[in-house]
Amino acid sequence: MSDATSLPPIAPPTRRRVTSRAPRTAAVLLIALVVLAAVAPLIAPYAVDAIDLANRRAAPSAEHWFGTDELGRDLLTRILYGAQVSLAIGLVSALLSAAIGAAVGATAGYARGWIDDVLMRLTDAMLAVPRLPLLMIVSAVLQPSVPLLVVFVGAAGWMESARVVRAEIMSLAARDFVSAARAVGATPLRVVVRHLLPGVLSTASVATTLAIGRGILLESALSFFGVGVQPPTASWGNMLYQAQTTMTSEPWLAIFPGAMIFLTVLACNVVGDAIGAGSDGTS
Amino acid sequence: MTRLIVRRCAQSVPLLFVISLLVFALIHAAPGGPLSTYLENPNVRPEDIARLRQAMGLDRSLSAQYVAWMLAFLRGDWGYSFADGRPVLERLTERVPATLELVGAASLIALALALPIGVFAATHRRFDRLTTFLTVAGISLPVFWFGLILQLLFAGWLGWLPSSGRATFDGDGIGDRLAHLVLPATLLAAVFAAAWSRYLRRAMQHIIGRPFIRAARARGVRRTALLLRHSLPNALPSFVTVVLLDASIMASGAVVTESIFSWPGVGSLFAESLVKRDYTVLMAFLMCGSITVMVLNLIADIAVQLIDPRTRDVS
Repeated sequence: MSDATSLPPIAPPTRRRVTSRAPRTAAVLLIALVVLAAVAPLIAPYAVDAIDLANRRAAPSAEHWFGTDELGRDLLTRILYGAQVSLAIGLVSALLSAAIGAAVGATAGYARGWIDDVLMRLTDAMLAVPRLPLLMIVSAVLQPSVPLLVVFVGAAGWMESARVVRAEIMSLAARDFVSAARAVGATPLRVVVRHLLPGVLSTASVATTLAIGRGILLESALSFFGVGVQPPTASWGNMLYQAQTTMTSEPWLAIFPGAMIFLTVLACNVVGDAIGAGSDGTS
Repeated sequence: MTRLIVRRCAQSVPLLFVISLLVFALIHAAPGGPLSTYLENPNVRPEDIARLRQAMGLDRSLSAQYVAWMLAFLRGDWGYSFADGRPVLERLTERVPATLELVGAASLIALALALPIGVFAATHRRFDRLTTFLTVAGISLPVFWFGLILQLLFAGWLGWLPSSGRATFDGDGIGDRLAHLVLPATLLAAVFAAAWSRYLRRAMQHIIGRPFIRAARARGVRRTALLLRHSLPNALPSFVTVVLLDASIMASGAVVTESIFSWPGVGSLFAESLVKRDYTVLMAFLMCGSITVMVLNLIADIAVQLIDPRTRDVS
Protein backbone atom coordinates (compact mmCIF):
# COMPACT_ATOMS: atom_id res chain seq x y z
CA MET A 1 0.00 0.00 0.00
CA SER A 2 2.91 2.31 0.63
CA ASP A 3 3.55 2.86 -3.04
CA ALA A 4 -0.09 3.68 -3.67
CA THR A 5 0.04 6.53 -1.16
CA SER A 6 2.95 8.10 -3.02
CA LEU A 7 0.73 8.57 -6.06
CA PRO A 8 0.07 12.16 -7.08
CA PRO A 9 -3.36 13.67 -6.41
CA ILE A 10 -5.94 11.92 -8.56
CA ALA A 11 -7.21 15.00 -10.32
CA PRO A 12 -4.17 17.09 -11.19
CA PRO A 13 -4.85 20.66 -10.03
CA THR A 14 -4.70 23.38 -12.65
CA ARG A 15 -1.18 23.98 -13.80
CA ARG A 16 -1.52 27.75 -13.57
CA ARG A 17 1.03 28.17 -10.80
CA VAL A 18 3.64 26.03 -12.54
CA THR A 19 3.51 27.93 -15.79
CA SER A 20 2.59 31.40 -14.60
CA ARG A 21 6.03 32.96 -14.95
CA ALA A 22 6.97 31.50 -18.33
CA PRO A 23 4.00 32.87 -20.32
CA ARG A 24 4.50 36.34 -18.86
CA THR A 25 8.17 36.31 -19.84
CA ALA A 26 7.23 34.99 -23.27
CA ALA A 27 4.59 37.67 -23.78
CA VAL A 28 7.03 40.40 -22.74
CA LEU A 29 9.61 38.97 -25.11
CA LEU A 30 7.12 38.95 -27.99
CA ILE A 31 6.04 42.53 -27.34
CA ALA A 32 9.68 43.60 -27.05
CA LEU A 33 10.45 41.92 -30.39
CA VAL A 34 7.55 43.66 -32.10
CA VAL A 35 8.62 47.03 -30.67
CA LEU A 36 12.28 46.49 -31.61
CA ALA A 37 11.27 45.52 -35.13
CA ALA A 38 9.02 48.57 -35.42
CA VAL A 39 11.73 51.01 -34.34
CA ALA A 40 14.53 49.18 -36.22
CA PRO A 41 15.43 52.23 -38.35
CA LEU A 42 15.95 54.26 -35.16
CA ILE A 43 18.00 51.84 -33.12
CA ALA A 44 19.90 49.83 -35.73
CA PRO A 45 23.62 50.61 -35.37
CA TYR A 46 24.20 50.69 -39.14
CA ALA A 47 22.20 51.27 -42.31
CA VAL A 48 20.50 48.05 -43.42
CA ASP A 49 22.27 47.90 -46.79
CA ALA A 50 25.57 49.51 -45.75
CA ILE A 51 28.23 47.42 -47.45
CA ASP A 52 31.65 47.51 -45.80
CA LEU A 53 34.00 45.45 -47.92
CA ALA A 54 36.94 46.03 -45.59
CA ASN A 55 35.01 44.30 -42.81
CA ARG A 56 33.63 41.24 -44.57
CA ARG A 57 32.85 38.12 -42.54
CA ALA A 58 33.98 39.79 -39.31
CA ALA A 59 33.43 37.80 -36.13
CA PRO A 60 31.19 39.28 -33.39
CA SER A 61 32.95 42.22 -31.73
CA ALA A 62 32.22 45.48 -29.90
CA GLU A 63 31.54 47.29 -33.20
CA HIS A 64 29.52 44.48 -34.71
CA TRP A 65 27.82 42.61 -31.87
CA PHE A 66 26.63 39.77 -34.12
CA GLY A 67 29.46 40.02 -36.69
CA THR A 68 29.15 40.88 -40.37
CA ASP A 69 28.16 38.91 -43.47
CA GLU A 70 29.90 38.25 -46.78
CA LEU A 71 29.32 41.88 -47.89
CA GLY A 72 30.38 43.38 -44.58
CA ARG A 73 26.80 44.23 -43.61
CA ASP A 74 26.14 44.37 -39.87
CA LEU A 75 24.28 41.23 -38.81
CA LEU A 76 22.51 42.83 -35.82
CA THR A 77 21.08 45.49 -38.14
CA ARG A 78 19.95 42.86 -40.62
CA ILE A 79 18.35 40.81 -37.84
CA LEU A 80 16.40 43.85 -36.61
CA TYR A 81 15.13 44.59 -40.12
CA GLY A 82 14.59 40.89 -40.76
CA ALA A 83 12.36 40.86 -37.67
CA GLN A 84 9.98 43.25 -39.45
CA VAL A 85 9.54 40.81 -42.32
CA SER A 86 9.47 37.60 -40.30
CA LEU A 87 7.11 38.90 -37.60
CA ALA A 88 4.81 40.54 -40.13
CA ILE A 89 4.56 37.32 -42.13
CA GLY A 90 3.89 35.32 -38.97
CA LEU A 91 1.23 37.70 -37.61
CA VAL A 92 -0.63 38.46 -40.82
CA SER A 93 -0.60 34.88 -42.08
CA ALA A 94 -1.92 33.70 -38.71
CA LEU A 95 -4.75 36.24 -38.80
CA LEU A 96 -5.56 35.18 -42.35
CA SER A 97 -5.54 31.50 -41.34
CA ALA A 98 -7.80 32.32 -38.41
CA ALA A 99 -10.23 34.25 -40.63
CA ILE A 100 -10.45 31.50 -43.26
CA GLY A 101 -10.58 28.83 -40.57
CA ALA A 102 -13.35 30.62 -38.68
CA ALA A 103 -15.37 31.15 -41.86
CA VAL A 104 -15.04 27.53 -43.01
CA GLY A 105 -15.47 26.08 -39.52
CA ALA A 106 -18.49 28.25 -38.66
CA THR A 107 -20.19 27.56 -41.98
CA ALA A 108 -19.62 23.81 -41.72
CA GLY A 109 -20.58 23.64 -38.06
CA TYR A 110 -23.74 25.70 -38.37
CA ALA A 111 -25.02 24.55 -41.76
CA ARG A 112 -24.22 20.84 -41.25
CA GLY A 113 -25.51 18.43 -43.89
CA TRP A 114 -23.84 18.34 -47.28
CA ILE A 115 -22.16 21.74 -46.85
CA ASP A 116 -20.43 20.37 -43.77
CA ASP A 117 -19.43 17.22 -45.67
CA VAL A 118 -17.96 19.12 -48.60
CA LEU A 119 -16.05 21.60 -46.44
CA MET A 120 -14.67 18.93 -44.14
CA ARG A 121 -13.59 16.75 -47.07
CA LEU A 122 -11.76 19.79 -48.43
CA THR A 123 -10.14 20.32 -45.03
CA ASP A 124 -9.10 16.66 -44.91
CA ALA A 125 -7.65 16.91 -48.42
CA MET A 126 -5.65 20.00 -47.49
CA LEU A 127 -4.39 18.30 -44.33
CA ALA A 128 -3.28 15.25 -46.31
CA VAL A 129 -1.05 17.29 -48.62
CA PRO A 130 2.38 17.74 -47.00
CA ARG A 131 2.36 21.45 -46.17
CA LEU A 132 5.97 22.49 -46.59
CA PRO A 133 6.56 20.72 -49.94
CA LEU A 134 3.28 22.15 -51.27
CA LEU A 135 4.28 25.68 -50.29
CA MET A 136 7.77 25.12 -51.69
CA ILE A 137 6.32 24.20 -55.08
CA VAL A 138 3.83 27.07 -55.02
CA SER A 139 6.52 29.64 -54.25
CA ALA A 140 8.99 28.13 -56.69
CA VAL A 141 6.37 28.25 -59.44
CA LEU A 142 4.85 31.65 -58.72
CA GLN A 143 7.86 33.40 -57.13
CA PRO A 144 5.62 35.50 -54.88
CA SER A 145 6.32 38.92 -53.43
CA VAL A 146 6.25 39.22 -49.64
CA PRO A 147 2.51 40.12 -49.42
CA LEU A 148 1.62 37.20 -51.71
CA LEU A 149 3.84 34.90 -49.65
CA VAL A 150 1.81 35.91 -46.59
CA VAL A 151 -1.36 34.92 -48.41
CA PHE A 152 0.09 31.52 -49.35
CA VAL A 153 1.35 30.77 -45.85
CA GLY A 154 -2.01 31.86 -44.43
CA ALA A 155 -3.96 29.85 -46.99
CA ALA A 156 -1.95 26.75 -46.11
CA GLY A 157 -2.68 26.96 -42.38
CA TRP A 158 -6.43 27.38 -41.90
CA MET A 159 -7.34 23.71 -41.51
CA GLU A 160 -6.54 23.36 -37.82
CA SER A 161 -8.60 26.35 -36.76
CA ALA A 162 -11.44 25.31 -39.09
CA ARG A 163 -11.69 21.99 -37.25
CA VAL A 164 -11.53 23.59 -33.82
CA VAL A 165 -14.09 26.26 -34.69
CA ARG A 166 -16.46 23.75 -36.30
CA ALA A 167 -16.45 21.50 -33.23
CA GLU A 168 -17.02 24.45 -30.92
CA ILE A 169 -19.82 25.92 -33.07
CA MET A 170 -21.56 22.56 -33.20
CA SER A 171 -21.65 22.25 -29.42
CA LEU A 172 -22.69 25.88 -28.97
CA ALA A 173 -25.41 25.69 -31.64
CA ALA A 174 -27.28 23.10 -29.58
CA ARG A 175 -27.65 25.51 -26.65
CA ASP A 176 -30.88 27.29 -25.74
CA PHE A 177 -29.69 30.84 -26.39
CA VAL A 178 -29.20 29.92 -30.04
CA SER A 179 -32.74 28.57 -30.35
CA ALA A 180 -33.91 31.76 -28.63
CA ALA A 181 -32.05 33.94 -31.12
CA ARG A 182 -33.53 31.97 -33.99
CA ALA A 183 -36.97 32.12 -32.48
CA VAL A 184 -36.93 35.92 -32.52
CA GLY A 185 -36.10 35.78 -36.21
CA ALA A 186 -32.34 36.28 -36.36
CA THR A 187 -30.85 35.33 -39.72
CA PRO A 188 -28.28 32.50 -39.78
CA LEU A 189 -25.54 35.03 -40.50
CA ARG A 190 -26.52 37.08 -37.46
CA VAL A 191 -26.76 34.01 -35.23
CA VAL A 192 -23.27 32.92 -36.24
CA VAL A 193 -21.59 36.31 -36.11
CA ARG A 194 -23.31 37.82 -33.06
CA HIS A 195 -24.07 34.78 -30.93
CA LEU A 196 -21.73 31.95 -31.86
CA LEU A 197 -18.38 33.42 -32.96
CA PRO A 198 -17.82 35.36 -29.69
CA GLY A 199 -18.06 32.05 -27.84
CA VAL A 200 -15.40 30.55 -30.07
CA LEU A 201 -12.97 33.41 -29.52
CA SER A 202 -10.83 31.87 -26.80
CA THR A 203 -10.35 28.55 -28.61
CA ALA A 204 -9.68 30.36 -31.85
CA SER A 205 -7.13 32.63 -30.23
CA VAL A 206 -5.13 29.61 -29.05
CA ALA A 207 -5.05 28.26 -32.59
CA THR A 208 -4.08 31.71 -33.89
CA THR A 209 -1.20 32.16 -31.46
CA LEU A 210 0.15 28.76 -32.41
CA ALA A 211 -0.31 29.68 -36.08
CA ILE A 212 1.95 32.75 -35.64
CA GLY A 213 4.81 30.48 -34.64
CA ARG A 214 4.01 28.05 -37.43
CA GLY A 215 3.88 30.88 -39.98
CA ILE A 216 7.30 32.15 -38.92
CA LEU A 217 8.70 28.61 -39.15
CA LEU A 218 7.15 28.10 -42.60
CA GLU A 219 8.46 31.41 -43.94
CA SER A 220 11.93 30.70 -42.64
CA ALA A 221 11.89 27.16 -44.06
CA LEU A 222 10.80 28.48 -47.46
CA SER A 223 13.44 31.20 -47.41
CA PHE A 224 15.98 28.62 -46.24
CA PHE A 225 15.36 26.71 -49.47
CA GLY A 226 15.66 29.93 -51.46
CA VAL A 227 12.00 30.11 -52.50
CA GLY A 228 10.66 32.45 -49.80
CA VAL A 229 11.60 36.07 -49.15
CA GLN A 230 14.13 37.09 -51.81
CA PRO A 231 17.29 39.13 -51.17
CA PRO A 232 18.06 41.96 -50.72
CA THR A 233 15.05 42.02 -48.36
CA ALA A 234 16.30 40.48 -45.13
CA SER A 235 14.28 37.83 -43.36
CA TRP A 236 15.58 35.45 -40.69
CA GLY A 237 15.08 32.54 -43.05
CA ASN A 238 16.97 33.90 -46.04
CA MET A 239 19.83 34.99 -43.78
CA LEU A 240 20.15 31.32 -42.88
CA TYR A 241 19.97 30.36 -46.55
CA GLN A 242 22.96 32.54 -47.29
CA ALA A 243 24.80 31.37 -44.17
CA GLN A 244 24.52 27.60 -44.57
CA THR A 245 27.44 27.28 -47.01
CA THR A 246 29.87 29.04 -44.68
CA MET A 247 28.66 27.30 -41.56
CA THR A 248 32.10 26.09 -40.41
CA SER A 249 34.03 29.31 -41.05
CA GLU A 250 31.38 31.88 -40.02
CA PRO A 251 28.93 30.04 -37.77
CA TRP A 252 27.59 33.29 -36.26
CA LEU A 253 25.86 34.11 -39.54
CA ALA A 254 23.64 31.06 -39.01
CA ILE A 255 23.49 30.89 -35.22
CA PHE A 256 21.99 34.33 -34.57
CA PRO A 257 19.15 34.39 -37.13
CA GLY A 258 18.22 30.79 -36.24
CA ALA A 259 18.24 31.60 -32.53
CA MET A 260 15.86 34.49 -33.21
CA ILE A 261 13.46 32.20 -35.08
CA PHE A 262 13.65 29.66 -32.25
CA LEU A 263 13.07 32.25 -29.50
CA THR A 264 10.13 33.87 -31.29
CA VAL A 265 8.38 30.60 -32.09
CA LEU A 266 9.03 29.37 -28.55
CA ALA A 267 7.48 32.54 -27.13
CA CYS A 268 4.40 32.13 -29.36
CA ASN A 269 3.96 28.50 -28.33
CA VAL A 270 4.36 29.26 -24.62
CA VAL A 271 1.79 32.06 -24.80
CA GLY A 272 -0.57 29.89 -26.87
CA ASP A 273 -0.27 27.05 -24.35
CA ALA A 274 -1.01 29.41 -21.49
CA ILE A 275 -4.14 30.80 -23.15
CA GLY A 276 -5.22 27.23 -23.85
CA ALA A 277 -4.66 26.13 -20.26
CA GLY A 278 -6.49 29.23 -18.99
CA SER A 279 -9.57 28.64 -21.12
CA ASP A 280 -9.55 24.94 -20.21
CA GLY A 281 -9.71 25.82 -16.55
CA THR A 282 -12.64 28.20 -16.83
CA SER A 283 -14.90 26.11 -19.05
CA MET B 1 -13.36 -4.45 -40.37
CA THR B 2 -13.68 -5.04 -44.12
CA ARG B 3 -16.65 -2.70 -44.16
CA LEU B 4 -14.57 0.01 -42.54
CA ILE B 5 -11.74 -0.44 -45.05
CA VAL B 6 -14.13 -0.37 -48.02
CA ARG B 7 -15.92 2.69 -46.67
CA ARG B 8 -12.72 4.60 -46.00
CA CYS B 9 -11.30 3.73 -49.43
CA ALA B 10 -14.49 4.98 -51.06
CA GLN B 11 -14.25 8.17 -49.01
CA SER B 12 -10.69 8.76 -50.11
CA VAL B 13 -11.60 8.83 -53.81
CA PRO B 14 -13.09 12.36 -53.76
CA LEU B 15 -10.22 13.42 -51.52
CA LEU B 16 -7.69 12.19 -54.06
CA PHE B 17 -9.66 13.91 -56.79
CA VAL B 18 -9.43 17.25 -54.96
CA ILE B 19 -5.71 16.80 -54.34
CA SER B 20 -4.98 15.82 -57.92
CA LEU B 21 -6.89 18.89 -59.16
CA LEU B 22 -4.81 21.02 -56.81
CA VAL B 23 -1.52 19.54 -58.02
CA PHE B 24 -2.57 19.81 -61.68
CA ALA B 25 -3.70 23.41 -61.29
CA LEU B 26 -0.43 24.30 -59.63
CA ILE B 27 1.74 23.25 -62.55
CA HIS B 28 -0.51 25.03 -65.02
CA ALA B 29 -0.45 28.18 -62.90
CA ALA B 30 3.28 28.47 -63.55
CA PRO B 31 4.11 31.31 -65.94
CA GLY B 32 4.63 29.48 -69.21
CA GLY B 33 3.03 26.32 -67.86
CA PRO B 34 4.90 23.02 -67.77
CA LEU B 35 7.30 24.20 -70.47
CA SER B 36 8.53 27.20 -68.46
CA THR B 37 11.96 25.57 -68.07
CA TYR B 38 12.49 25.84 -71.83
CA LEU B 39 11.15 29.39 -72.13
CA GLU B 40 14.21 30.91 -70.51
CA ASN B 41 16.62 28.85 -72.60
CA PRO B 42 17.82 30.95 -75.61
CA ASN B 43 18.72 27.77 -77.48
CA VAL B 44 15.08 26.74 -77.64
CA ARG B 45 13.41 28.63 -80.49
CA PRO B 46 9.76 29.73 -80.30
CA GLU B 47 8.85 27.26 -83.07
CA ASP B 48 10.41 24.48 -80.96
CA ILE B 49 8.21 25.52 -78.07
CA ALA B 50 5.18 25.35 -80.33
CA ARG B 51 6.26 21.92 -81.59
CA LEU B 52 6.86 20.66 -78.01
CA ARG B 53 3.52 22.06 -76.95
CA GLN B 54 1.78 20.04 -79.65
CA ALA B 55 3.90 16.92 -79.12
CA MET B 56 3.19 16.91 -75.39
CA GLY B 57 -0.50 17.56 -75.90
CA LEU B 58 -0.37 20.92 -74.15
CA ASP B 59 -2.50 22.48 -76.91
CA ARG B 60 -5.48 20.41 -75.87
CA SER B 61 -8.14 21.71 -73.49
CA LEU B 62 -7.23 21.70 -69.81
CA SER B 63 -9.88 19.13 -68.95
CA ALA B 64 -8.62 16.76 -71.65
CA GLN B 65 -5.08 17.20 -70.35
CA TYR B 66 -6.21 16.51 -66.81
CA VAL B 67 -8.03 13.32 -67.79
CA ALA B 68 -5.04 12.10 -69.80
CA TRP B 69 -2.67 12.88 -66.94
CA MET B 70 -4.90 11.21 -64.33
CA LEU B 71 -5.36 8.04 -66.42
CA ALA B 72 -1.62 7.82 -67.05
CA PHE B 73 -0.95 8.39 -63.35
CA LEU B 74 -3.27 5.55 -62.39
CA ARG B 75 -1.50 3.27 -64.88
CA GLY B 76 1.82 4.05 -63.19
CA ASP B 77 3.02 6.15 -66.11
CA TRP B 78 4.23 9.23 -64.26
CA GLY B 79 6.15 10.77 -67.12
CA TYR B 80 9.83 11.51 -67.43
CA SER B 81 12.08 13.68 -65.33
CA PHE B 82 13.07 16.95 -66.99
CA ALA B 83 16.45 16.72 -65.28
CA ASP B 84 17.78 13.42 -66.59
CA GLY B 85 15.06 12.01 -68.84
CA ARG B 86 14.50 8.89 -66.73
CA PRO B 87 11.01 7.73 -65.75
CA VAL B 88 9.75 9.55 -62.67
CA LEU B 89 8.51 6.34 -61.06
CA GLU B 90 12.01 4.86 -61.30
CA ARG B 91 13.66 7.95 -59.83
CA LEU B 92 11.22 7.97 -56.90
CA THR B 93 11.29 4.26 -56.08
CA GLU B 94 15.08 4.05 -56.02
CA ARG B 95 15.06 6.72 -53.28
CA VAL B 96 12.35 5.12 -51.12
CA PRO B 97 14.54 2.67 -49.12
CA ALA B 98 16.81 5.43 -47.82
CA THR B 99 13.82 7.49 -46.70
CA LEU B 100 12.16 4.50 -45.04
CA GLU B 101 15.40 3.80 -43.17
CA LEU B 102 15.63 7.39 -41.95
CA VAL B 103 11.95 7.83 -41.08
CA GLY B 104 11.82 4.40 -39.44
CA ALA B 105 14.85 5.10 -37.26
CA ALA B 106 13.52 8.56 -36.37
CA SER B 107 10.08 7.19 -35.44
CA LEU B 108 11.63 4.52 -33.21
CA ILE B 109 13.79 7.09 -31.43
CA ALA B 110 10.84 9.45 -31.05
CA LEU B 111 8.58 6.70 -29.65
CA ALA B 112 11.30 5.46 -27.30
CA LEU B 113 11.51 8.99 -25.89
CA ALA B 114 7.85 10.00 -26.04
CA LEU B 115 6.31 6.96 -24.32
CA PRO B 116 8.26 7.15 -21.03
CA ILE B 117 8.32 10.95 -21.02
CA GLY B 118 4.58 11.19 -21.64
CA VAL B 119 3.70 8.68 -18.93
CA PHE B 120 6.05 10.06 -16.29
CA ALA B 121 5.25 13.69 -16.99
CA ALA B 122 1.58 12.93 -16.38
CA THR B 123 2.32 11.69 -12.87
CA HIS B 124 5.50 13.36 -11.65
CA ARG B 125 5.12 17.05 -11.03
CA ARG B 126 8.78 17.97 -10.93
CA PHE B 127 9.67 15.87 -13.97
CA ASP B 128 6.70 17.47 -15.72
CA ARG B 129 8.07 20.97 -15.21
CA LEU B 130 11.34 20.01 -16.85
CA THR B 131 9.77 18.14 -19.75
CA THR B 132 7.10 20.78 -20.33
CA PHE B 133 9.87 23.25 -21.00
CA LEU B 134 11.90 20.81 -23.09
CA THR B 135 8.95 19.71 -25.21
CA VAL B 136 7.70 23.24 -25.91
CA ALA B 137 11.26 24.03 -26.96
CA GLY B 138 11.25 20.90 -29.11
CA ILE B 139 8.15 21.80 -31.08
CA SER B 140 9.45 25.35 -31.55
CA LEU B 141 12.79 24.30 -33.04
CA PRO B 142 13.43 25.40 -36.61
CA VAL B 143 14.46 21.97 -37.92
CA PHE B 144 16.82 23.25 -40.60
CA TRP B 145 18.67 25.49 -38.15
CA PHE B 146 18.96 22.78 -35.50
CA GLY B 147 20.28 20.47 -38.24
CA LEU B 148 23.00 22.94 -39.18
CA ILE B 149 23.95 23.33 -35.52
CA LEU B 150 24.12 19.54 -35.02
CA GLN B 151 26.24 19.26 -38.14
CA LEU B 152 28.57 22.03 -37.01
CA LEU B 153 28.89 20.62 -33.51
CA PHE B 154 29.23 16.87 -34.03
CA ALA B 155 30.67 16.70 -37.53
CA GLY B 156 32.58 19.97 -37.73
CA TRP B 157 34.01 20.84 -34.33
CA LEU B 158 33.99 17.51 -32.53
CA GLY B 159 34.46 15.37 -35.64
CA TRP B 160 32.65 12.43 -34.04
CA LEU B 161 30.17 11.73 -36.82
CA PRO B 162 30.08 12.06 -40.61
CA SER B 163 28.38 15.27 -41.75
CA SER B 164 26.45 13.96 -44.73
CA GLY B 165 25.48 11.02 -46.90
CA ARG B 166 24.20 7.54 -46.11
CA ALA B 167 27.55 5.71 -46.17
CA THR B 168 31.20 6.41 -46.89
CA PHE B 169 32.03 5.81 -50.56
CA ASP B 170 34.36 2.87 -49.93
CA GLY B 171 33.14 2.28 -46.42
CA ASP B 172 31.31 -0.88 -45.50
CA GLY B 173 29.78 -2.48 -42.51
CA ILE B 174 26.88 -1.64 -40.29
CA GLY B 175 28.96 0.68 -38.11
CA ASP B 176 29.57 3.10 -40.94
CA ARG B 177 25.89 3.09 -41.90
CA LEU B 178 24.79 3.66 -38.32
CA ALA B 179 27.25 6.52 -37.87
CA HIS B 180 25.72 8.23 -40.88
CA LEU B 181 22.22 7.63 -39.58
CA VAL B 182 22.69 9.10 -36.09
CA LEU B 183 22.54 12.85 -36.83
CA PRO B 184 19.69 12.94 -39.38
CA ALA B 185 17.59 10.47 -37.40
CA THR B 186 18.10 12.44 -34.18
CA LEU B 187 17.14 15.67 -35.90
CA LEU B 188 13.97 14.23 -37.38
CA ALA B 189 13.12 12.48 -34.11
CA ALA B 190 13.55 15.58 -31.93
CA VAL B 191 10.42 17.39 -33.07
CA PHE B 192 8.24 14.29 -32.98
CA ALA B 193 9.49 13.14 -29.60
CA ALA B 194 8.47 16.56 -28.25
CA ALA B 195 5.07 16.68 -29.95
CA TRP B 196 4.14 13.10 -29.13
CA SER B 197 5.18 13.23 -25.47
CA ARG B 198 3.14 16.42 -25.03
CA TYR B 199 0.14 14.69 -26.49
CA LEU B 200 0.58 11.50 -24.46
CA ARG B 201 0.98 13.51 -21.24
CA ARG B 202 -2.32 15.30 -21.85
CA ALA B 203 -4.12 12.09 -22.74
CA MET B 204 -2.72 10.35 -19.66
CA GLN B 205 -3.72 13.21 -17.38
CA HIS B 206 -7.29 13.02 -18.65
CA ILE B 207 -7.39 9.27 -17.97
CA ILE B 208 -5.77 9.50 -14.54
CA GLY B 209 -8.43 11.98 -13.44
CA ARG B 210 -11.24 9.54 -14.25
CA PRO B 211 -13.24 7.75 -11.50
CA PHE B 212 -12.30 4.22 -12.60
CA ILE B 213 -8.65 4.96 -11.88
CA ARG B 214 -9.61 6.27 -8.45
CA ALA B 215 -11.59 3.09 -7.91
CA ALA B 216 -8.68 0.91 -9.01
CA ARG B 217 -6.41 2.80 -6.65
CA ALA B 218 -8.87 2.33 -3.82
CA ARG B 219 -8.80 -1.41 -4.49
CA GLY B 220 -5.07 -1.28 -3.87
CA VAL B 221 -3.88 -1.74 -7.43
CA ARG B 222 -0.16 -1.15 -7.57
CA ARG B 223 1.18 2.08 -8.94
CA THR B 224 2.94 0.50 -11.93
CA ALA B 225 -0.11 -1.54 -12.85
CA LEU B 226 -2.29 1.50 -12.39
CA LEU B 227 -0.24 3.39 -14.94
CA LEU B 228 0.69 0.69 -17.41
CA ARG B 229 -2.35 -1.64 -17.27
CA HIS B 230 -5.22 0.71 -16.42
CA SER B 231 -4.25 4.14 -17.75
CA LEU B 232 -1.90 3.71 -20.68
CA PRO B 233 -4.10 1.37 -22.75
CA ASN B 234 -6.89 3.94 -22.54
CA ALA B 235 -4.62 6.70 -23.76
CA LEU B 236 -3.12 4.63 -26.56
CA PRO B 237 -5.85 4.72 -29.24
CA SER B 238 -5.82 8.50 -29.58
CA PHE B 239 -2.04 8.51 -29.25
CA VAL B 240 -1.68 6.05 -32.13
CA THR B 241 -3.96 8.22 -34.25
CA VAL B 242 -1.88 11.31 -33.54
CA VAL B 243 1.37 9.49 -34.31
CA LEU B 244 0.11 8.18 -37.64
CA LEU B 245 -1.52 11.47 -38.60
CA ASP B 246 1.79 13.24 -38.13
CA ALA B 247 2.98 11.48 -41.29
CA SER B 248 2.41 14.58 -43.41
CA ILE B 249 4.60 16.61 -41.05
CA MET B 250 7.10 13.76 -41.24
CA ALA B 251 7.20 14.28 -45.02
CA SER B 252 8.02 17.98 -44.55
CA GLY B 253 10.65 17.06 -41.95
CA ALA B 254 12.20 14.50 -44.28
CA VAL B 255 12.60 17.10 -47.03
CA VAL B 256 14.47 19.41 -44.66
CA THR B 257 16.53 16.75 -42.88
CA GLU B 258 17.53 14.90 -46.03
CA SER B 259 18.67 18.01 -47.84
CA ILE B 260 20.75 19.23 -44.89
CA PHE B 261 22.51 15.89 -44.46
CA SER B 262 22.52 14.99 -48.19
CA TRP B 263 20.62 11.84 -47.30
CA PRO B 264 19.84 10.16 -50.66
CA GLY B 265 16.11 9.78 -50.03
CA VAL B 266 12.85 10.99 -51.56
CA GLY B 267 13.02 14.25 -49.60
CA SER B 268 16.35 15.35 -51.00
CA LEU B 269 15.15 14.30 -54.48
CA PHE B 270 12.29 16.74 -53.94
CA ALA B 271 14.64 19.56 -52.93
CA GLU B 272 16.92 18.88 -55.93
CA SER B 273 13.94 18.80 -58.27
CA LEU B 274 12.71 22.08 -56.84
CA VAL B 275 15.96 23.81 -57.75
CA LYS B 276 15.79 22.34 -61.28
CA ARG B 277 12.04 23.08 -61.64
CA ASP B 278 11.58 19.38 -62.42
CA TYR B 279 7.77 19.57 -62.36
CA THR B 280 7.02 15.93 -63.20
CA VAL B 281 9.00 14.76 -60.18
CA LEU B 282 7.50 17.45 -57.93
CA MET B 283 3.93 16.51 -58.93
CA ALA B 284 4.60 12.83 -58.37
CA PHE B 285 6.09 13.59 -54.96
CA LEU B 286 3.06 15.60 -53.89
CA MET B 287 0.64 12.94 -55.09
CA CYS B 288 2.59 10.12 -53.42
CA GLY B 289 2.96 12.13 -50.23
CA SER B 290 -0.78 12.75 -50.04
CA ILE B 291 -1.64 9.13 -50.84
CA THR B 292 0.77 7.95 -48.14
CA VAL B 293 -0.87 10.23 -45.60
CA MET B 294 -4.31 8.89 -46.49
CA VAL B 295 -3.17 5.28 -46.32
CA LEU B 296 -1.71 5.99 -42.88
CA ASN B 297 -5.02 7.58 -41.84
CA LEU B 298 -6.72 4.33 -42.79
CA ILE B 299 -4.12 2.30 -40.89
CA ALA B 300 -4.70 4.56 -37.88
CA ASP B 301 -8.43 3.81 -37.97
CA ILE B 302 -7.80 0.08 -38.21
CA ALA B 303 -5.17 0.18 -35.48
CA VAL B 304 -7.55 2.00 -33.15
CA GLN B 305 -10.19 -0.66 -33.75
CA LEU B 306 -7.66 -3.39 -32.96
CA ILE B 307 -6.45 -1.70 -29.77
CA ASP B 308 -9.76 -0.39 -28.50
CA PRO B 309 -12.63 -2.89 -28.37
CA ARG B 310 -15.14 -0.08 -27.70
CA THR B 311 -14.79 1.24 -31.23
CA ARG B 312 -15.43 -2.11 -32.94
CA ASP B 313 -18.66 -2.64 -34.90
CA VAL B 314 -21.04 -4.78 -32.94
CA SER B 315 -22.27 -6.60 -36.03
